[in-house]
Amino acid sequence: MAEVQANEKGGGKKTRQKKHTLRVDFTPMVDMNMLLITFFMFCTTMLKPQVMNLSMPTAETNQPVDPVKARESTAITIIMGADDQLFYYEGKLTDASYTDSTFLKPTKYGEEGIRKILMKKNAGTYEQVQELKVKRSAGEIDTKMFDSLSNIIQKRANTELKIAPTVLIKPLDASLYANMVDILDEMLIANIGFYQIADISEGDAFLYYNKTGDDSVLSPAQKAQVASAKKE
Amino acid sequence: MAVKVKKQSTFIDMTAMSDVTVLLLTFFMLTSTFVKKEPITVNTPASVSEIKVPETNSMTILLDTAGKVFLSFDDPELVTQTAVAVGNDYGVSFTETQLESLRKIVSFGVPITKLPAYLDMKVDQQDAYMGEQLKIPNNKNVGIPADTLTSAKVLNVGGNSVNEFQNWVRHARTIDYQRNNDKVLKLVVKADQKTQYEVVKGIMNDLRKLRENQYLLVTNLRTASSDK
Repeated sequence: MAEVQANEKGGGKKTRQKKHTLRVDFTPMVDMNMLLITFFMFCTTMLKPQVMNLSMPTAETNQPVDPVKARESTAITIIMGADDQLFYYEGKLTDASYTDSTFLKPTKYGEEGIRKILMKKNAGTYEQVQELKVKRSAGEIDTKMFDSLSNIIQKRANTELKIAPTVLIKPLDASLYANMVDILDEMLIANIGFYQIADISEGDAFLYYNKTGDDSVLSPAQKAQVASAKKE
Repeated sequence: MAVKVKKQSTFIDMTAMSDVTVLLLTFFMLTSTFVKKEPITVNTPASVSEIKVPETNSMTILLDTAGKVFLSFDDPELVTQTAVAVGNDYGVSFTETQLESLRKIVSFGVPITKLPAYLDMKVDQQDAYMGEQLKIPNNKNVGIPADTLTSAKVLNVGGNSVNEFQNWVRHARTIDYQRNNDKVLKLVVKADQKTQYEVVKGIMNDLRKLRENQYLLVTNLRTASSDK
């Protein structure tokens, strides 16, 4: 291929000329290309990182932090502690919850733990949204269409059927950022439409303290309360 | 009897090989996006989200495990205009060469009062300086101050106290809005997975006070190995 046959047919001349073969040596060219390829391979990032959307409620100074009007039947609160500890409780906190040792249930991150619980909780809309997800990955609908359709499903489940779970995510200060992303990821996986990251309430702090004995979550006033209760 | 051995040429035709390498090279050149050099290494957590990082009109907030804040802009004009505006608030001014140096920087994290001196350094000196400073724990010379204690000056904007980090975001948002009218500056938060939630919460609260409630959290794709 690299040989070019230079046949010169001397116009009209009858003397035969010798055939010249022009050979171009491509080896240095290949060497150089290989070097360049190596350079580009080392300098590139093939995988672009993903991003995850997160919307937080506005911080209005005159508004209480936790104004979620969750339905008791579908509400679920997830508390993330230090060292990858994970707890959840369903429904609302009542006075009886503090003495009930099974109210705050321990679970773990991942498929066998929290995902199972959330899937069960969201059984009403999970299938419908999952169908849309399949359609989206097949290219039948685009992302905008997916967003609006899944929004309709979620809204209907929330206001008409009243089955959509409301998830309150309450990370403790000692939990890791990875924990928060993990839980937000579970929301994506379980197709949960309504969730909110909130600060831990006093009641939650007590529950967590009762369960783990970790008093770092308690406010100074609560600590004093605990101390006086112990004296009695 | 001498047998005449035919001389065989050892010439290997490299043309096909060269074709392949040129093709590969073209592929890599067209698909490559260069790794951005960041002053700190951040291991982002994994997620299943499929949304890609926005390429334009975004501002990245880098957070390391100690809670140090670094900023990174994708638009060189935006970063210089913002720096001038922020500098004005704290009585810091920049020379033309300093702004030129800022334009080339990918991400930075120094208090505004230290920024001109930092920009006067050459690129390798900046790296060396950052490396030195990052070794010192609780160093106030590294990271954009995100609390009222370490800020050069606490400003009062519309009845709210605004720290240095908030001021950067505030100005970047306004300037970006003036530059391209129809779009809103996207805030990308890139935090290390080992960062405590307390730190992330602090940053988000700062942003929420500026009525910035939408964030994009940088994650990498969840794979079987990361999903234990």
